[in-house]
Amino acid sequence: MTHKLAVANLNAYYGQAHILFDVAFTVAPGEVVALLGRNGAGKSTTFLSIMAMVERRSGTVLFEGDDVSRLPTYAIARRGLGFVPENRRIFADLTVEENLMVGRQAPRPGAPGWTPETLFALFPNLAEMRKRPGGRMSGGEQQMLTIARTLMGNPSLVLLDEPSEGLAPKIVEQMAAAILTMKREGLAIVLSEQNLHFARLISDRAVILEKGRVRFSGSLAELEARPDIRDAYLAV
Amino acid sequence: MTRLLDVENLAKSYAGLAAVRHVSFGLDRGEILAMIGPNGAGKSTCFNMLNGQIRPDAGRIRIDGVDTTSLPPRAVWRKGVGRTFQITATFGSMTVRENVQVALMSHGGALGRWFGRADTRGRDEADRLLALVGMAADADRAAAELAYGDLKRLELAVALANRPKLLLMDEPTAGMAPRERVGLMRLTAEIARAEGIGVLFTEHDMDVVFEHADRMMVLSRGLLIAEGPPETVRRDPEVRAIYLGEGLVYDARHQEARADASTSGPQPEARA
Amino acid sequence: MQLVFVQFMTGLASAASLFLVASGLSIIFGVTRIVNFAHGAFYMLGAYVAYTLTDRFTGAFGFWFALLAAAAIVAIVGCLLEMTLLRRIYQAPELFQLLATFGVTLMVQDLVLLIWGPEDLVGPRAPGLAGAVEIFGKRIPSYDLFLIALGPLVLAGLWLLFHRTRWGVLVRAATLDRSMVAALGINQKWLFTGVFGLGVFLAALGGALQIPRDAVNHGMDLRIIVEAFVVVVIGGLGSTTGAFVAAILVSQLNAFGILVLPKISLVLVFLVMAVVLVVRPWGLFGTRPPPAQASIGMAVRPWRPLAPGEIAVAAAVVAAVALMPLWLGHYALTVASEILIFVLFAASLHLLMSVGGLASFGHAAYFGLGAYGAAFVVKAAGLPMLAAIAAGPLLAALGAAVVGWFAVSLSGVYFAMLTLAFSQIVWSIAFQWVDVTGGDNGILGLWPDAFAASPAAFFWLTLAVVTPALVWLHMVIFSPFGYALRAVRDSELRAEAIGIDRRRVQWIAFVIAGTAAGLGGALFAFLKGSIFPDVMAIPTSVDGLVMVLLGGVETVLGPIVGAVVFKALAMWLISQTDYSKLVLGAVVVALVVAFPKGIVGTLADWRDRLTARRGAGPSDAEASADATAAEPPAGTMAPAPSPATVAGRTRP
Repeated sequence: MTHKLAVANLNAYYGQAHILFDVAFTVAPGEVVALLGRNGAGKSTTFLSIMAMVERRSGTVLFEGDDVSRLPTYAIARRGLGFVPENRRIFADLTVEENLMVGRQAPRPGAPGWTPETLFALFPNLAEMRKRPGGRMSGGEQQMLTIARTLMGNPSLVLLDEPSEGLAPKIVEQMAAAILTMKREGLAIVLSEQNLHFARLISDRAVILEKGRVRFSGSLAELEARPDIRDAYLAV
Repeated sequence: MTRLLDVENLAKSYAGLAAVRHVSFGLDRGEILAMIGPNGAGKSTCFNMLNGQIRPDAGRIRIDGVDTTSLPPRAVWRKGVGRTFQITATFGSMTVRENVQVALMSHGGALGRWFGRADTRGRDEADRLLALVGMAADADRAAAELAYGDLKRLELAVALANRPKLLLMDEPTAGMAPRERVGLMRLTAEIARAEGIGVLFTEHDMDVVFEHADRMMVLSRGLLIAEGPPETVRRDPEVRAIYLGEGLVYDARHQEARADASTSGPQPEARA
Repeated sequence: MQLVFVQFMTGLASAASLFLVASGLSIIFGVTRIVNFAHGAFYMLGAYVAYTLTDRFTGAFGFWFALLAAAAIVAIVGCLLEMTLLRRIYQAPELFQLLATFGVTLMVQDLVLLIWGPEDLVGPRAPGLAGAVEIFGKRIPSYDLFLIALGPLVLAGLWLLFHRTRWGVLVRAATLDRSMVAALGINQKWLFTGVFGLGVFLAALGGALQIPRDAVNHGMDLRIIVEAFVVVVIGGLGSTTGAFVAAILVSQLNAFGILVLPKISLVLVFLVMAVVLVVRPWGLFGTRPPPAQASIGMAVRPWRPLAPGEIAVAAAVVAAVALMPLWLGHYALTVASEILIFVLFAASLHLLMSVGGLASFGHAAYFGLGAYGAAFVVKAAGLPMLAAIAAGPLLAALGAAVVGWFAVSLSGVYFAMLTLAFSQIVWSIAFQWVDVTGGDNGILGLWPDAFAASPAAFFWLTLAVVTPALVWLHMVIFSPFGYALRAVRDSELRAEAIGIDRRRVQWIAFVIAGTAAGLGGALFAFLKGSIFPDVMAIPTSVDGLVMVLLGGVETVLGPIVGAVVFKALAMWLISQTDYSKLVLGAVVVALVVAFPKGIVGTLADWRDRLTARRGAGPSDAEASADATAAEPPAGTMAPAPSPATVAGRTRP
């Protein structure tokens, strides 16, 4: 098994509209891949398609060598493919501990194991508010909780949708540190980002999407060497 | 001459917890003021008090000399305040043009009429505003199917429909790609300077803030801790400690954006 | 004093069953967002099945086993229903599911009649609890004491289940965000089935527990469902503690209402509910609900007024309808007049529900007020028919103005329940204020004037009144006011931020809708020649909802089609079969599954697909995808949408 995740020929539709066109990329074990591209390029749709959360899609999604594209959402998550959606989607009436409880799954061989205590060490802010309802936390705290909640499932790969969005620069820096820790634990990560600088801090490779198609795929060094690509698709 | 916006001692608490503690500031015509601060610092509360969604516990808000404290949002709007929201709020079942037409009809006091077709009212003016924000080609599409960046532009067109004196923009570029951010803010700045509109905005993207704000104010735990031109605020050690951090996630990019803005050709306004 | 005590204990005992039913309803709504109208039917089934089982299994063990087994059997039926029917329609608009469960309720009513017959059935006493205990010198049935103790036990059990077990926490999480729960590796399908089963179990147990106290009868379902709705709304949706407190409150009001205020005993509960909702809009223990996933009536297909060609078609339809007396007999014409009247009724509700996003569950009140208004004018003032038809709607307008003033401060299910409460109040007034309304005997002898006495003439009169009213409602939808109404429906936040007064706009819409319904009611009074309180009871309101949803809540012409289809079907079935409810219920359920967007909505989808296919090949799909998903790079010209895109995506 060389790839942790291999996506091929991924097409997705909303109603009559065709959103993704033959999207393909791979993720190696322990690798951090940044999915870049402007807003509406199809980054979130790619994640939702992998998780079987869109109306209609086709293509193959190989996770640890098995095709999971026919499985329902929960079964995909059960195999150790974690998903952190954009807008956090915290269970607002549930406490921090209860939010974590919802995400809990049995430990998985070959994937880093997490407990509430190790997660509180990763996100010290959360440790101070175990009994607080998710709805009464600040945006930054909620973003930490939503990641911690997914880690409770002991995934071997996590899809992180816009982890830095709407956060104060200082919190974004903390987030980058936490993601690097996750990586050190052996977790493979795919993150979608608008903030190229944040992506640079933590990613090994980049995949650029534009209008639902993959336009570039390569290491960050390669991307740095291609200002034409950056100008055309990222418009920094 | 009175200032466009004059806020004195604004305060609000929720269940005994102070969200905004006696904040005072002002804004002049044509000026662009950024309000920044950590998540939960009271920025949204401040904003919602300015446009009337939340009643302040204390303090006074004057817009162009008129006291608007505690007026409901619709009354504040009639005093010449346009607003865009952090999570966009548009009329999804209507077309893009109809969204602007409703705002125009409201401004013209026509929304009470039970007779006569509405879809012909203010069409030209709506199209003019849509062209201004680069949305003319999308006028007949349903707002519900717009991409996020387009919704932000539509919101700006709607906010301009009552020829506002003051624009309140809550995280106007959140969720947008870097160049879109620059484009939208440049457009806003241009309109603001041309028409003498004051703009108050919150933002987490420091590139946008440093690029476009004439002045900045920093809130933390409901208190105004710093205020002044971007260069000064940026060097403030307290602001760095509680908000800006090491500068890892914006500084370099900001420099690039600056260079990009001054050298590269295509201007987003050209879209229309 | 002793009498007060006895009544108090009776009230507490009744509260137990009510609490079981209401908490089940609340739990199901919380997770699945389904307002389960069939909950009363499950309660009734629980009682009937328990009756049959206690007949088989006697003795102490047999009796209690029978009660639990009855609840379990009905719960299994509920799970099967969830798996076969509800799973197909979770994505449909919220109220559509109400329609499906309403269809199930209709079916169960006739099934119960088929299986157990029309007679009331008296079950056995509870073994070991048949006697009574003397407290304060009064004999209180032991079984009542058992029920009084059971309520808090069930409440505690539910609390532990939802706060101390992982399953319970998952259920609470699913209440807040269903798809997120699935993304965390939880099979939400079975979670939903489990929750539905639990809710139905509680309802059926509530019914089964009633058999030692009351005769089992087939009016049980509607009575309990209305009370359970009231309890859930007073207590706050999703709060089991709230349901418990409200169940006691409602039961005590019922127990003492008869004693203290017999004149308004029927109204009392609804009066209290109205007060609670006005003072605490989300109920005693409720919190502000999360915004609905999609508000009803939110069409992605922008509305357009009828094009000139379509107006010509509409005129031709009206002309064809006007020619119907040439070939229809007397009875058919009377039926046709009634259908026309209900078209107006449905269209008036549509204005409120689809255009305004406010689903009224008590719209029949204004229909009835219009009818009574017309009757008063004839009986008290002795005015002719036309004057009565003009004056009747004024009473409806007045009623709508008063009720609307309170109702528009709420939205969603709470709005629905407050309007339901007010309609019950109006109904109770008509029922209990015998001096003025004749009570249950109604007002008789409302015959049309001589010129409209023949069925054909009255049909033409109806057509001449209904058509302009429909045209006017249509004009309102596309007037500036109609846009303001849709604006507050789509986004209250944005509407208020551009100077629109939401309350005022919705209040005016409420009055317009009520007045139009009242006009229909006034016609109805003369069509029938009499008027009874039942015309404004819950079934009429539900009929209106069914018509609008069946036609297509997201469409402009839906209510007209929906009213014609539903009313014609219902009246035809009554003439054809003794089990018309069974067939009608099945048809409603089938339509919901087959046409989740309503008849007109589905037809429009087909037409769109047809034009898209005819318009262009595969390139069309791509063009619209680009327009939807991706944006042109800033700095370049936006691509002009291709004609095919315009045709495919923006036509109404």
